[in-house]
Amino acid sequence: MVKKKRLTQDAVVNIVFHVIAVLMIIMVIYPLWFVIIASFSNPADVASGKVWLWPKTFDVRGYQKLFEQSQIWKSYLNTIIYTIVGTSVALVVNITAGYAMSRKDLPGRKWINIFYIIPMFVNGGLIPTYLIVKQFGLLDTFLVMVLPFSVSTYNIIVARTFFQNSLPESLWEAAQIDGCSTMRYFLQFAVPLSKAVIAVVGLWTAVGHWNSWFNALIYLQNEELIPLQLLLRRILIANESLLGAATGTMAQELRQLSDMMKYGSIVVSTLPIMMLYPFLQKYFNQGVMIGAVKG
Amino acid sequence: MKNKLRNVKKHYQLYLLLLPSALLLFCFAYLPMIGIVIAFQDYSPALGILGSKFVGFKNFMQYFKSYQFGVTIKNTLVLSLYSIVVGFPLPILLALMCNQMKTKMFKKVFQVITYLPHFISTMVMCGLILIFLSPSSGLFANLFNLFGAKFPNLMASATGFKHVYVWSDIWQHLGWDSIIYLAALAGIDPTYYEAATVDGASTLQKIRFIDIPMILPTAMVLLILRAGSILGIGFEKVFLLQNVQNIMSSEIISTYVYKMGMQSMQYSLSTAIGLFNTVVNVIVLLLVNLMSRKLTESSLF
Repeated sequence: MVKKKRLTQDAVVNIVFHVIAVLMIIMVIYPLWFVIIASFSNPADVASGKVWLWPKTFDVRGYQKLFEQSQIWKSYLNTIIYTIVGTSVALVVNITAGYAMSRKDLPGRKWINIFYIIPMFVNGGLIPTYLIVKQFGLLDTFLVMVLPFSVSTYNIIVARTFFQNSLPESLWEAAQIDGCSTMRYFLQFAVPLSKAVIAVVGLWTAVGHWNSWFNALIYLQNEELIPLQLLLRRILIANESLLGAATGTMAQELRQLSDMMKYGSIVVSTLPIMMLYPFLQKYFNQGVMIGAVKG
Repeated sequence: MKNKLRNVKKHYQLYLLLLPSALLLFCFAYLPMIGIVIAFQDYSPALGILGSKFVGFKNFMQYFKSYQFGVTIKNTLVLSLYSIVVGFPLPILLALMCNQMKTKMFKKVFQVITYLPHFISTMVMCGLILIFLSPSSGLFANLFNLFGAKFPNLMASATGFKHVYVWSDIWQHLGWDSIIYLAALAGIDPTYYEAATVDGASTLQKIRFIDIPMILPTAMVLLILRAGSILGIGFEKVFLLQNVQNIMSSEIISTYVYKMGMQSMQYSLSTAIGLFNTVVNVIVLLLVNLMSRKLTESSLF
């Protein structure tokens, strides 16, 4: 009797859980789907609420106009370069530090640890940092986007934890006896054996670079250097029309085109990450786990 | 001493590996900390740090006495506390639910999909919010129209801002924030569940008596971390969603620091406000950590 009651209660709970889950899936997917269909729809249909599940009339003018803008291509290219170079720099800087700190025989390990951890909690703040970057002559340079802020203590800790847990100490001891130097051991053994952590740190940094705009806002003035996300700010937030000004009936059409370009620019800028994500999900999750073990 | 030096020399290659990151940290994290002294100066770029006059706590007093002091503190606290009250328990509930779902395939799909919005950039996210909430042609306005209701212009109201801010954040990060709890739940010994089943425990009882106690330490640590950044709420999203109509509830400390510094060029005042913010953050972090250690025996340090 009791058992039966329990089983029906469990069945109800199970159904409720699945219903909630399905509702959540719809709540997440629908807005994303809507952006895609809206970007291919006639803007008047979208504005008047006639588009719900599929474009009523296909219209690709938004994309046409978007791709006619040279700024889009330029900023897109900038973002790609910042992402590739920035990620490479960050990998070199953080993985080397992570390895060195994983070694128990590092003299002064405790103090070095503190040196790396303090900036996680304390920083100079916006203006002092800005003034230093200016002192180094890095304002409005390519370098400012990839170098000064590439150190991430969090990623160093992730790498250190990985090296500590998955590189057996005996391997280093054996290599040492054979006369292998630290540098050579790092390059020939540690790096090849740590593809997983390199993937994790690399992916995190790459996504960060792709989505970042704050440093560009502060340190860049030059139009030629701005990344995609900062251009999106003009299109999406400042509501600036890249197509110029117009009056009368032209203005109406221009506004509609601008709306289409908003949807289009969201798709174009977000698609690369969204497409890659399901394949790389494994690594992203791993990053959270490795970091969580010893946060 | 000589031994120590020899030891350091023997390990010079390790220091070589540390050199790039240490140098960058020194230049772009530690040197700016020295720059904090301008918070106590009447700094002028022409005179530099060494030449500018010391004025003690004048800049701090100017902020404390200003009208913006109360406004920025209140707005920062409201957004922050609202975020914690909603954003802390929901991922836990989601993880508990997800952990008990029996169909493996469905569970996997559910996870992949709910993690997805996390990768949308803040910029695009804010663009989405503005487009969807547009009172004339937005998705929500059209949805309300279907039922003959009128959708309020949330972005133009001081009261609507916090709800938009917090709930859009939930939409974007709820799934992702639950990962860490799912990991903790995955670590539970399955024999616990088996024993519970034998003893006749229902699903809800398993959640109540096994799952919740097991993830409590993880939850505490994350709560401490969140509480520690109570005045450090993210700049980016608030800044992008700000407009003239909602500024009364959307001006927070970090956006004010930006405006004073980068727009009004009041370097000293801006730095002073930023420093005040950092100091409060560190104090809160230490207090919450202490409290947690006393109450639950789990702490950061």
